[in-house]
Amino acid sequence: MKLSREIIATEDKRKLQDISGEEVLSCYQCGKCSAGCAMTSAMDLLPHQVIRLLQLGQVEDALRSQTIWVCASCLACSTRCPRGMSLPNVMESLRSTFLRPGDRCLNPADIPYELLEILPEQALVAAFRKYT
Amino acid sequence: MKIGVFVCHCGLNIGGVVDIPGVMEEISRHDNPGFVTDYRYMCSDPGQMRIKDAIRDMSLDSVVVAACSPAMHETTFRRTVEAAGLNPFRCEIANIREQCSWPHRDEPEKATEKALEIIRASVEKVRKNQALSPLSVPVTGEALVIGAGIAGMQAALDIADAGCEVTLVERLPYIGGHMAQLSETFPTLDCSQCILTPKSSEVGSHPKIDLFTNSEIHAVSGYVGNFDVTIRRKATYVNWDVCNGCGLCMEKCPQKIESGFELGLATTKAISIAFPQAVPNRPVINPEACRHFTQGKCGVCEKVCPVGAINFEQEDTFIDRKVGAVVVATGYDLHPKTEVGEYGYGVFSDVIDGLEFERLNSASGPTQGEIRRPSDGKTPKEVVFIQCVGSRDQENGYPYCSKICCMYTAKHARLYKHKVPDGQPYVFYMDIRAGGKGYEEFVQRATEEEGVLYLRGRVSRVFEEDGKITVFGVDTLSNKKVEIRADMVVLATAIVPSRGQTELCRLLKISTDEWGFLSEAHPKLRPVESLTRGIYIAGCAQAPKDIPDSVTQAGSAAAKVLALFSSDTLSHSPEIAVVDEELCTGCGLCVEACAYDARTLDIRRRLAVVNEVLCEGCGACQVACPSGATCQRNMELSQVMSMIDAVI
Ligand SMILES: Cc1cc2nc3c(=O)[nH]c(=O)nc-3n(C[C@H](O)[C@H](O)[C@H](O)COP(=O)(O)OP(=O)(O)OC[C@H]3O[C@@H](n4cnc5c(N)ncnc54)[C@H](O)[C@@H]3O)c2cc1C
Ligand code: SF4
Ligand code: SF4
Ligand code: SF4
Repeated sequence: MKLSREIIATEDKRKLQDISGEEVLSCYQCGKCSAGCAMTSAMDLLPHQVIRLLQLGQVEDALRSQTIWVCASCLACSTRCPRGMSLPNVMESLRSTFLRPGDRCLNPADIPYELLEILPEQALVAAFRKYT
Repeated sequence: MKIGVFVCHCGLNIGGVVDIPGVMEEISRHDNPGFVTDYRYMCSDPGQMRIKDAIRDMSLDSVVVAACSPAMHETTFRRTVEAAGLNPFRCEIANIREQCSWPHRDEPEKATEKALEIIRASVEKVRKNQALSPLSVPVTGEALVIGAGIAGMQAALDIADAGCEVTLVERLPYIGGHMAQLSETFPTLDCSQCILTPKSSEVGSHPKIDLFTNSEIHAVSGYVGNFDVTIRRKATYVNWDVCNGCGLCMEKCPQKIESGFELGLATTKAISIAFPQAVPNRPVINPEACRHFTQGKCGVCEKVCPVGAINFEQEDTFIDRKVGAVVVATGYDLHPKTEVGEYGYGVFSDVIDGLEFERLNSASGPTQGEIRRPSDGKTPKEVVFIQCVGSRDQENGYPYCSKICCMYTAKHARLYKHKVPDGQPYVFYMDIRAGGKGYEEFVQRATEEEGVLYLRGRVSRVFEEDGKITVFGVDTLSNKKVEIRADMVVLATAIVPSRGQTELCRLLKISTDEWGFLSEAHPKLRPVESLTRGIYIAGCAQAPKDIPDSVTQAGSAAAKVLALFSSDTLSHSPEIAVVDEELCTGCGLCVEACAYDARTLDIRRRLAVVNEVLCEGCGACQVACPSGATCQRNMELSQVMSMIDAVI
């Protein structure tokens, strides 16, 4: 990983910060968020590792992570964080940044009919909330 | 003779292992003491009261307290018996805790047997103890302070303010030590010179402080209360009594040299004052550079000096002083970057150390406080700070933590950001140690508000490449290797004892740890005393520390000195070696054996002589003497024999 002024302070990173309202540099990397997160078994990066990537300006890596989609926004992390960081806000900012180009959204036409038959409506609503 | 035996349970420390009732019964039955009793905590007030009451009620002649180590409570119990009217040296401690119940916790029966033997031996010893009275030694109420960094200055001021004379000896031509080189100081970022200068001038003008700069300790002899010191005042080739500090000489001197104060980042002249606010504000000629000495010509300064202060003939002078106490405050040096191979052995001019950064940032420094890198004077936009260089590195440096570099690196990164807002500071660290009032908050501001990027890991290599310094490191938090092409690298090199500290310790006969830092008498309870009575320690000479800690320690050392000076005499234990002049053959073996230099040979009378004040009563001479001419008071041969008899 190469680091430089330009890499650390990207426009993307600034936007993320604007959307989430969180200063990622304040994170201690203590890991308390990850320690309490109920979804980690399904995550590829632990929540605090996502924050670390952002601290280092590695926004693309963070956007590619499954973790941001697995996060249930349950707030278990942010209620415990000693720095008062709202990780759900950060996750949401990453999700919306990912989806913003428009072509990455969930297109209802792409959902197979058989699946639509069996999916609970609530799941569909949630999926549209998250993926559009 | 009626002997009282007092057995302490020390809660469960002794009582939980040794069968105390059994021991008491055995002692009363077979050892013929006058009185035996026990108590849960003999050192407590009620415990001591029991001893006092028994001494009075049973008219005891001697006392044995079976308890913890005499190092803990010998003084306590001797005071107790004294208060009850008994000579304190008629009280002995039988150590049945450190030497019995603790090490033999798993074998209570054997421990009980051993406790019995220890007490028995002590009873036999005390039977023959003489009543002794402490020796009295006169005290000279003047102090010597070695090293005039912030620690030495503070100690000198505190002692002098209490009205005692202080001789302050500094090796450099100016006082202030490293603090004079610092730009701004954590955790408040106040300017170092601004807080130092008032203290320096106070030291320089204090009527009770006799200041010797450009001077070193040449010889030391004597002992607590009575040290004889010789100071070597090195020639400055300028008569300071006449010189008015006008600086014409420095202006006109044609010989430029690297400035030591500026760490080679600027030049000065062969005749110079280190920095504008220096105390004393008088020039010194460096004979290794001055053309008069190296080429036998020039003498410009002599010609221009309006008061005729230059004196090329000046020689070193020696001054004798008698002092009662010494404070050693010789400070620290930095582990030289020229010894750090992986970071370029000091050959890349843009790889600097922490003190060099202080000079770059200093308003009176070589760049007037602008951050410009040494090689080409450009403003560096990417600066890498590397912590723990040589510290916490058992293999290539030192195992210890240098304590202040986490803080000064955070400070450097922040100061850099204040001056170069569009620059990016990176800090490679292992842990951040910011344990002090306001320190953690100081570091948090660096990371959170000022955008200093902390990377958790060490740097493997640093090398120069097209005007940039490439840094190979790692960030163990993200598990990624890191590469930065930096404009400047600042190394937080390890704090090491100041050059020459070992030799000074040899003169003073005080010890150091394996790295050369001064050893304290007890790491927790006697942190400012050396093991030699009358010699105290302060500041970074003892271990790496910051300014607040150095000042605190200096004040504490001064308090110890003043306590020593609070009376005209001090008492010394009479339990020391004596020589039987009839038996001594003058062989001198004991002189060799004594670790405290307390023995000399009177050649004329062919007799060994004991300096009673220096003798610590260790008994090494008694073992060495082949003629049986030496013994310790209250540890005579007959006493030792009956102690042995008692246990076999
Ligand atoms: C880069 C850097 C930045 C720092 N920044 C800060 C900061 O921001 N805040 C802070 O609190 N601390 C800071 N420190 C720590 C601070 O420098 C020390 O705590 C302080 O200077 C220690 O003072 P001292 O008197 O013990 O030692 P020194 O300042 O080293 O003084 C010792 C004096 O003794 C003299 N001496 C040595 N040997 C002899 C001898 N044999 N005979 C006679 N004289 C002798 C020396 O010449 C020197 O004048 C920093 C340190 C470094 C390296
Ligand atoms: S709990 Fe907060 S400070 Fe700790 S790692 Fe998570 S986000 Fe960072
Ligand atoms: S004599 Fe030495 S110190 Fe004086 S001006 Fe010449 S070089 Fe400088
Ligand atoms: S103070 Fe910090 S940088 Fe210095 S040695 Fe200790 S841990 Fe390393």
